[in-house]
Amino acid sequence: MLAITNLHKSFGDIRAVGGVSFGVERGQLVGLLGPNGAGKTTTVSMIAGLVRPDRGAVTIGGAAVSGDSDPVKRRLGLVPQDLALYDELTARANLRLFGSLYGLSGAALDQAIDSTLRLVGLADRAGDRVKTFSGGMKRRLNLAAGLLHDPDILLLDEPTVGVDPQSRNAIFENLEQLKSRGKALLYTTHYMEEAERLADRIVIMDHGQLLADDTLSRLRARVPAGADGRVSLETLFLNLTGRSLRD
Amino acid sequence: MGLAAFLALVRKDLQLFFSDRRAVILTLALPIAIASFFGSLFGGSGESSSEPAKIPIAVVDRDGSAISKQVVAGIQADRSLATSTPRFEDARSAVQKGDVAVAVIVPPGFGDAAGRAFVARGARPQVDLLFDPSRSAELAMVRGVLIGHVMEAVGNEVFNGAQGRTIVSESLSQLDASGMPGEARETLRDLLLSIQRMNEQSNASGGGSGGGLAVPYEVKEDAVAAGGNAQYNGYAHSFAGMGIQFLLFAAIELGMGILLERELGIWKRFRSAPLSRFTLLAARGASGTIITLLTLVVSFAFAMIVFGVRIHGSVLGFAAVAVACSIMAAAFGLLVAAFGKTVAATRRVASFAVLIMVMLGGAWVPSFVFPAWLQRITIVIPARWAVDGLDAMTWRGLGIGAALMPTVVLLGFAVLFAALTVARFRWEEA
Repeated sequence: MLAITNLHKSFGDIRAVGGVSFGVERGQLVGLLGPNGAGKTTTVSMIAGLVRPDRGAVTIGGAAVSGDSDPVKRRLGLVPQDLALYDELTARANLRLFGSLYGLSGAALDQAIDSTLRLVGLADRAGDRVKTFSGGMKRRLNLAAGLLHDPDILLLDEPTVGVDPQSRNAIFENLEQLKSRGKALLYTTHYMEEAERLADRIVIMDHGQLLADDTLSRLRARVPAGADGRVSLETLFLNLTGRSLRD
Repeated sequence: MGLAAFLALVRKDLQLFFSDRRAVILTLALPIAIASFFGSLFGGSGESSSEPAKIPIAVVDRDGSAISKQVVAGIQADRSLATSTPRFEDARSAVQKGDVAVAVIVPPGFGDAAGRAFVARGARPQVDLLFDPSRSAELAMVRGVLIGHVMEAVGNEVFNGAQGRTIVSESLSQLDASGMPGEARETLRDLLLSIQRMNEQSNASGGGSGGGLAVPYEVKEDAVAAGGNAQYNGYAHSFAGMGIQFLLFAAIELGMGILLERELGIWKRFRSAPLSRFTLLAARGASGTIITLLTLVVSFAFAMIVFGVRIHGSVLGFAAVAVACSIMAAAFGLLVAAFGKTVAATRRVASFAVLIMVMLGGAWVPSFVFPAWLQRITIVIPARWAVDGLDAMTWRGLGIGAALMPTVVLLGFAVLFAALTVARFRWEEA
């Protein structure tokens, strides 16, 4: 569904991403992991069309994105790390705007808003201003805004930062539901337990390079088990990326 | 999809604008409040009930002669002056405190000396003018007014008064010792004798009708402003100036909105959607134009209802200038977003730029009071064209032809700002 081939991107003399390739299939959630400055966000930005790659290609269902207004971008949904919402508008007004950007209108838009709000558990707060929402509710609405237009591929950039366990669990359930509907999900996170719970495949990046791309069980097989006979993803991650602090 | 998205983005901006009622009230009320204040300073609505401002002066008569009393009476009756008569000791402090602009000190012996200087080239007496250095323009006006009243008082007394008779008699008796050439002396003698006869006739008939000197003309004031018989309305200029200022402030908020959307990550959503760059910028430009035009329209509507401001020129021309102003302002807002980095820093710089722009554009005080060199260089300031264009259509009462150049120039600025925006806008969202 989503194929990234040999992506390169530099900012001045700094190479942010250097030759990264991986894919995400339909009904699959790929966890994209890496320490700060690894190149995860730049990679997601290139996939979403926010940053133009220096080299390489991003294809969606086999079609390359050819420009800002290419309709193929409709198959992509982005859930940014920031709470990208208008606090002064209601939840419905926010979703109405973001749905309109993807060509939704009239009854179809209303229906999409209602079903998406139901999915994230905010149907009863549709008419309330976002500034009255808790952090967890805003996160769920942030997710709703990304999947309102029913994209085939959802890019999630640390979508659970700063939320309580209940909201996080609700988001996980939403994602599992979307995966079961055949959506392709690319999920960046710093929380290893989230990747362990959700990801069908793990991609680990550092210094703009791809260090690993495999299923969790195969990745675990690469390192020796601990005293309890288990290999944690965090141990694997630290083995691959090192223990030096990143700023 | 492009048009629907465009309209959705415009609607969103309008929703956001109107969702903050306090900001809406401030955006619309502030220009009205400030323009009302400036308008009252610059001549108000020009109605007959509003008296022109008078220059406060003090007059001290240390002479007490018939001539000096007439001078003081003339000054007190002058409708351009607000005259007080403090004691000599208090006159200087009244100027120092700023209570009066000028203090006129008429010295002892003024009447006699002025009369002699008038009829026989005697030594001229000195009148002291104590003035506030911050009000030197008013000093010049008082000096001119004083000349008229002194000439009238001295002339009247010489031709009609007892003091005048004495002065003329003394001048005649001293004529032989004056050292004047013979022919000139005899001519002056004839003149003085004639004056003496007129004075005696005037005295015999009860006084006051013998003649004298007076300002030899009357003034008919006719303000050449709007067409027809319309009066100048100072509020028309102040509302144009303040309207432009706050329209540009509203445009800054447009730019701030884009920078805030970047900071919030909302711009990432826009860029990931299938939208052209043109749609994204044009939508902001359109909503900015609507909001800035609204501030201008509300300001002028208030001025029309409350202060009787009228479009004495072309209504179509007024609309063209107003719309061109708003488009220029919206493009300026986009330019702010293109060059700005953070919301806080950009707001400070942009606000400073707007204040300079409107100050040089004649929004605070009309540009005709600027020095000639400043008037020439401020044609590169869009606010100058905006204010001049609105002035032309309101109180100057000019036709649509006078709106053409400001409209074209303002649209030219809009194109320039838009081109710079496209060239400098940061599209990548890493």
